[in-house]
Amino acid sequence: MEIKYRTSNNVLTAKLFGDLDEYSAEYVRMSLDKVLADLNFVKNAVVVLDFSNVTFMDSTGIGVLLARYKKFNQKNISIQIYNPPAQIDRIMKMAGIYSLMPLTGK
Amino acid sequence: MKNSFSLIVDANLKNEAFIRNSLASFILPLNPTVAELNDIKTAVSEAITNCIVHGYNGGQGKIYIDCSEEDSFVEIIIKDHGVGIDNIKKAREPFFTTKASEERSGMGFTLMETFMDSLDVLNAENGGVIVKMTKQIHG
Repeated sequence: MEIKYRTSNNVLTAKLFGDLDEYSAEYVRMSLDKVLADLNFVKNAVVVLDFSNVTFMDSTGIGVLLARYKKFNQKNISIQIYNPPAQIDRIMKMAGIYSLMPLTGK
Repeated sequence: MKNSFSLIVDANLKNEAFIRNSLASFILPLNPTVAELNDIKTAVSEAITNCIVHGYNGGQGKIYIDCSEEDSFVEIIIKDHGVGIDNIKKAREPFFTTKASEERSGMGFTLMETFMDSLDVLNAENGGVIVKMTKQIHG
């Protein structure tokens, strides 16, 4: 798993590459939480999680996302999910992720 | 004709991708759809995570995987010798987790149940958990 970041005004896009499973979860947590610290002073900040290149995700990913939602929401930073592959989209829907972190780009 | 393979691997998170990709390679000759293949990979990943995180609580141990196929009917049995499950009925409820503080979603068994045709979970007599899942590959 690798995450590449791109910033445009108040929108930070995090592009994820690879498998999001129990093995990579800790890296994803640490990487996104570091971003949270950096975004503290940005007004109306939005984080877009680009799932286009995520090759696998299981329920560990759901746990990671829900916990990030809680942390980011406390700082009034919203999260959007961009373009997940079909299988990941199914898992997101089952867990009700999009009611908290809206789906964009599909 | 029935075909099968078995794996014994260390309960190490590094092995998760290896195990689900091994299963996928075994099933590939049955010409599954992408969705069927992903269903099995996800279900297996959930079971393996349970062995490592709950069964062995991050400690050392072995995970035993037996996979067989006959007429595109796939059976996967995943065993550990860990601590077992206190209340299997409860554990299978959506969003139930004993480790909420570790950011766990409690969706593992729900995903296994949804993505496979059948799921049986039982505590083994000699300790640990046995998970048996089946799925007919239609291709």
